[in-house]
Amino acid sequence: MRIPVETFQLDNGLFVSLSEDHTAPIVAVNLWYHVGSANERAGRTGFAHLFEHMLFQGSAHVGSNEHFELIQRAGGTLNGSTWLERTNYFETVPSNELALALWLEADRMGELLAAMTQEKLDTQRDVVKNERRWSVDNQPYGTMLEKMQELVFPSSHPFQHSLIGSMDDLSAASLDDVAQFFATYYTPDNAVLSIAGDFESAEARRLVNEYFGPIPKGKGKPPLPPMNLPPVFGKRLRDVVYDNVSLPRLFMAFRSPVFGTEGYYAASVTSALLGLRRGSRLHQALVRERQVAADASAFTFDLAKGTDLVVVDVTARPETSATQLEEEVEQEIDRLYRDGASEFEVQRAVALIETDLTASLQSAGERADRLSMFATYFERPQLINDQVDRYRAVTVGRVNEIISERFGANNRANLIYVPREGVESEDVLAAAVGTA
Amino acid sequence: MVASLRPHAGPPRSYRFPQFTDERLANGIRLLTAPVAKLPLVTVLVLVDAGSTNEPHGKEGIAALTAAALLEGTAEYDGAELAQEFERLGTALESGADWDSAFLKITVLTDKLHEATKLLGHAISGPIFPEREIERLRSERLAEILQLETEPRGLADEKFSEFLYADESRYSKPDEGGIESVSRLGRSDVEHFYRANYKSGATTVIVAGDISPEDSKALISGAFKEWPGGSVSRHQLLTDVRTDRKSTHIVNKPDAPQSELRVGHIGLPRKHKDFFPTLVMNAVLGGLFGSRINLNLREVHGYTYGASSFYDWRRGPGPFVVSTAVESEVTAPALNEILLEIDRIRGEEISAEELSLAKDYLEGVFPIRYETTSAIASALATLAIYDLELDYYDSYRANIHKVSATAVLEAARAHLHPEQLQTVIVGDAGIIRDSIMSLGPGEVAVHNG
Repeated sequence: MRIPVETFQLDNGLFVSLSEDHTAPIVAVNLWYHVGSANERAGRTGFAHLFEHMLFQGSAHVGSNEHFELIQRAGGTLNGSTWLERTNYFETVPSNELALALWLEADRMGELLAAMTQEKLDTQRDVVKNERRWSVDNQPYGTMLEKMQELVFPSSHPFQHSLIGSMDDLSAASLDDVAQFFATYYTPDNAVLSIAGDFESAEARRLVNEYFGPIPKGKGKPPLPPMNLPPVFGKRLRDVVYDNVSLPRLFMAFRSPVFGTEGYYAASVTSALLGLRRGSRLHQALVRERQVAADASAFTFDLAKGTDLVVVDVTARPETSATQLEEEVEQEIDRLYRDGASEFEVQRAVALIETDLTASLQSAGERADRLSMFATYFERPQLINDQVDRYRAVTVGRVNEIISERFGANNRANLIYVPREGVESEDVLAAAVGTA
Repeated sequence: MVASLRPHAGPPRSYRFPQFTDERLANGIRLLTAPVAKLPLVTVLVLVDAGSTNEPHGKEGIAALTAAALLEGTAEYDGAELAQEFERLGTALESGADWDSAFLKITVLTDKLHEATKLLGHAISGPIFPEREIERLRSERLAEILQLETEPRGLADEKFSEFLYADESRYSKPDEGGIESVSRLGRSDVEHFYRANYKSGATTVIVAGDISPEDSKALISGAFKEWPGGSVSRHQLLTDVRTDRKSTHIVNKPDAPQSELRVGHIGLPRKHKDFFPTLVMNAVLGGLFGSRINLNLREVHGYTYGASSFYDWRRGPGPFVVSTAVESEVTAPALNEILLEIDRIRGEEISAEELSLAKDYLEGVFPIRYETTSAIASALATLAIYDLELDYYDSYRANIHKVSATAVLEAARAHLHPEQLQTVIVGDAGIIRDSIMSLGPGEVAVHNG
């Protein structure tokens, strides 16, 4: 199964991927800007994400919130999201509205600042502070990403600080910051555009040229500090969080090969054999057989720079203490490290991943997003068609090499959530899990 | 710079919801098949009329426990082996139960479809319900209930239903059951619920994807040949209100950084004659990003990350609810804005711009909703569960198109009841109680979180 991919580049540096599919009258437009929380300067944590909100506040020819209104009025869906390495913006619209979606994206890429005001910034700052309260502060385990970043990255590393940002830093953000960030990062040569679905290539090229062509190239962005990290932590890392949660939960992270490399696919298969679905090793051992966990899963961060992370996520049963949970998971990982994985486990993992990859290509929006991802990280959107083969090429031998390299005791970072109001006092709990 | 003239839309290309066949198999199962040949994938969705509204009194949670227990093994495979048998085929069998039905579902690559579907039929026709695994699933549900105590969103939803419906109503309790009933459930309850409800006359199988109706019929007839026959009668559902007077419940969470707010009343059953005007009315009120409630609370006041209203459509009248989370200090002003918006949409006709925004969105977004085999199967499930007309999807856009501003006003006046609003706030009572009192919230009760 291959999807068609065409590419071209405008003189101003905008890289464009096209993938036609005429099965339904739907088209997806997707932009990735190669900027994320990693690019934030000190004292401005959360700015990349706050900036994403500002992109919906209008531009030279578009009123505040009109972007949302015009797309929804056209019968489309839209949103944006911010990650450590990138920020994306996307619309899926009826195919006769392709021009509108492109024009809206071009207007904000070209002339955002014309519409920026202090009042809009103040409102969005409040909205984002409420987003932080809602998704981080008032949500059990909501601080996981932030705490994990702090634990696994060295203090000077661009991935170390909070993506949603601190309340103080959000308060400090100014209109000047908005103007500077826009000029530096929101330029056609720091973005890729993908269009997937029901359109004619010639017409799409014409529209892209007309709307994006006049936008001037950027002046370049400051380089990120060195991101490379050794393949393993080199020691045990551990953080215990006493929080307003009902059940202990352990997130155990391992440094793993960066996204897209040959080693990444083997690590991703390892993650899946550990924690993808009910037949996975951790689910079978900890949830089903030993009944110490209420849930067990694993995932990868898919970071393309520095290091990727495999994260095992296990929630305790009410009668399991945090200490016992940590021991049980450690033992399972030790067993994997000692004995390796079986042929069957690898086949099961690859079969599940293959179905998921195929299913994800059903939606135009997903296709466009993946084209943008491969274009941003590797300048090769065609890689979208290689993924199943790359997973199929992973052998049990290669998985076991990754396990020996990356799943030993010198490469584990344990982030443990402990219920604050447990049966024992905090001091006793602290002693029980070995920190104070 | 960028062209300043907004582009106009080109002529729309026509779209039709995937055509499907509807037939009755020899053993009584209803089979709906939607052939969609876009990618080599098929979704098989089995619906059984065995949702939580069909539970015996005192056995709340048995529908969900039974659906989960179906994955725990057969005479041939134990639960662990069964999971792995599906997963080596690249699919995972999912199961669950909501208010109206139980479901089992796989999405699988076409070349594994036959093997996976045979296994599915085998698993649910001959479950052995091992005692140990039933106990485990029950404990897992209890752990989930415990988690709610520190999860303000889920807690607010659950408390809202509890304070909305009379005790005797099944809707007043969590759909997967609360601590009291779940702790008492055991293997014999599962066995009994399964025998009583999982029958061919209560079963619809939906197949969507890369398959012909003929192949689908042969496949499902074969895989379900051991499926027990017979029909099942539905329980009478009680949906009385707990109180017909306005009241407010604060679930106290000292030091909570935000208040989770739910405001609403009992809504309408899914198969209601005013479904379309009510859908459009709700889109304008709080169903879209550009709706009145979201724009007011988020974009004008910056009180919240988001606010929305929604009708929880079920066979019986589910809740109508406005949901948001706001900083504790602005709980009362935010609640006040919500009440004003409910009054306003009942007070006068919405503008032509608002009407066209809601209708154009609902009509235009229609094809985008059915891009995947799984979404198409779910859409057909809606037809089956609510017994909608077979041309429901073909006439959907015309039905939206017909809704007028007058019809929206009539729906708002008929189906929004400001005098019956129930409010639930999960938050810091110390900060919010006094300011809430000034809004005339009816009787106010504070509960320990």
